Amino acid sequence: MTDDLGVIEEERLERQTDEGAQELRSRRELVLTGAPWPEGDVEVAETMVVNMGPQHPSTHGVLRVMMELEGEVVLRAKPVIGYLHTGMEKTGEELTYVQGATNVTRMDYASCLSNELVYSLAVEHLCGVELPPRATWARMMLVELQRMASHLLFQATNGMDIGAVSMMLYGWREREEVLRLLERITGLRMNHNFIRPGGIAADLPDGWQDATLEVCEKVERGVREYDELLSENPIWVERTVGVGVITTAEALALGVSGPILRSTGYPWDLRRTQPYLAYDEVDFDVIYTTNGDCYDRYRIRLAEILESIRIVRQCVERMPDGDYRTQDKKITPPPRARIDESMEALIHHFKLFTEGFGVPPGETYVAIESPRGEIGCYLVADGGPRPVRMHIRGPSFYNLQAMETMMRGHLVADAVAVISSVDPIMGEVDR
Amino acid sequence: MTDPAAPEVRETVHETGGSPAPPDDEVAAALADRFTGAVVTRSHGQTVVWVDRARLAEVARHLRDTEQFTTCVDVCAVDHLLDAARAVPAGVGPERFEVVANFLSHPRNRRIRVIVQVPEADPVVPSLTGTFPGVAFAEREVFDLFGIRFDGHPDLTRILMPDDWEGHPLRKDAPPARIPVTFKAAGGPR
Repeated sequence: MTDDLGVIEEERLERQTDEGAQELRSRRELVLTGAPWPEGDVEVAETMVVNMGPQHPSTHGVLRVMMELEGEVVLRAKPVIGYLHTGMEKTGEELTYVQGATNVTRMDYASCLSNELVYSLAVEHLCGVELPPRATWARMMLVELQRMASHLLFQATNGMDIGAVSMMLYGWREREEVLRLLERITGLRMNHNFIRPGGIAADLPDGWQDATLEVCEKVERGVREYDELLSENPIWVERTVGVGVITTAEALALGVSGPILRSTGYPWDLRRTQPYLAYDEVDFDVIYTTNGDCYDRYRIRLAEILESIRIVRQCVERMPDGDYRTQDKKITPPPRARIDESMEALIHHFKLFTEGFGVPPGETYVAIESPRGEIGCYLVADGGPRPVRMHIRGPSFYNLQAMETMMRGHLVADAVAVISSVDPIMGEVDR
Repeated sequence: MTDPAAPEVRETVHETGGSPAPPDDEVAAALADRFTGAVVTRSHGQTVVWVDRARLAEVARHLRDTEQFTTCVDVCAVDHLLDAARAVPAGVGPERFEVVANFLSHPRNRRIRVIVQVPEADPVVPSLTGTFPGVAFAEREVFDLFGIRFDGHPDLTRILMPDDWEGHPLRKDAPPARIPVTFKAAGGPR
């Protein structure tokens, strides 16, 4: 046994490129300057380059922005990322399709279920699995609950960044209600690993309808409060209206999606334009505005919480009965009770959790609307139980590029509002 | 689907193996007309066009200017070192790397995928940043993690890994957990 392992190790080493070992340089040589500026003409008398982050409280984790300032005006801004890079796409190639959801859920940690969903949809697309309706509807409800939580998180941090600190507490309060519900359903507050290839991990718990409706009511009340607190607040309006403007053409060219694209007057929402799950069967509105500034992005996310509540209520009302995962035995593990009485079930269980299931060769790109925009999964399979390539197209990764467009010509204080209104989740940016 | 006796619905036919594009895909047909050597296939219902890597930027420009593809949603790469004998459509010479660009047309509400083969010996691809500035980050990521260079990219530097990193971690011959640890007591790679 040990010999076998030794052979694998040697093979691996032989496959290394001629670039040799990865030796870290001495600390003195560690580059602290980041990459050079992109080309561009800036003709001003005297400018100053200021680093914001990666430890700045308004940079949502570990985003670093290099800003070239003239006085207090931002001339150029360059996001520097990678501080949270943990090689999750590499890890995804090492894990079986059964284990994969555990990995992707940690990317966009504020909307974990979207990641799991896009990954599962990609795997199911390659396998050609059809889901029972209950799995589809439960997924839709969970993802919408998560969208509420994610947008509530945005309301909290956006308020905090712009200076409405009480907003932070209110946003967190309502978000916690949603997370508590998700904990009741999935077992965990975050990183649920609940949506898996083939369906969802478990059936919805007893009494989930009442709990869900109660949360919806609480959140709805909260959203009305925020609206009253902020939407016509003169300080809030002063800080956000006309700040960080981006046009539709710029947004499309930069690959921006989600609420930022919709704030420019372009009602593009994959839930409506390229429906997945059962979004073509529920009633909801695509929210969009036309100014493309920070205020509009705040308003859109606020209104989208209400739309999500609408969808969740329809899900509660119309949740179909039946299986919560596909009965394809090659993908779904057998129920625990079957293992004791059926040899075949035992074998299936063992094989699923040791070597996983094979996915027919092929490649696919599946995209869904996460709270931040289009999240896509490009999956290449070779027939084995592990993907050849698992790539996640994170919406924040692309949205971040629009930051410079939005910031240019604004004050440093507005730069904070812009970063906040992009709502980047660095786990997804750096993966 | 709940009937245990029902046959499995899993797909066993590999669709990328050269099945022709459906006749109604006029975008792919126009691409194949204009760019000789372009091969059009369907992969699980999605249109895929395989083109020569030297013409990738031209194809992107054509898609944007003629076919209303407003956004390049994603650029990524695949390393096929360990499955070199994979099935590729007839007319495409498989190489170690593939660079994959996914385009989305908002006005027409459709997607198309363009794949180019990139040899290991000369990993260079024309950059799409001239047509779609939004892929700048994505191309930097591919450069960083695969070592594929993008000709014409304004700022082709590492984006996720440290600037002084050596090697390209998403290549299949870059094994995970093989970096020297800086702690004295650690004693070599884990």
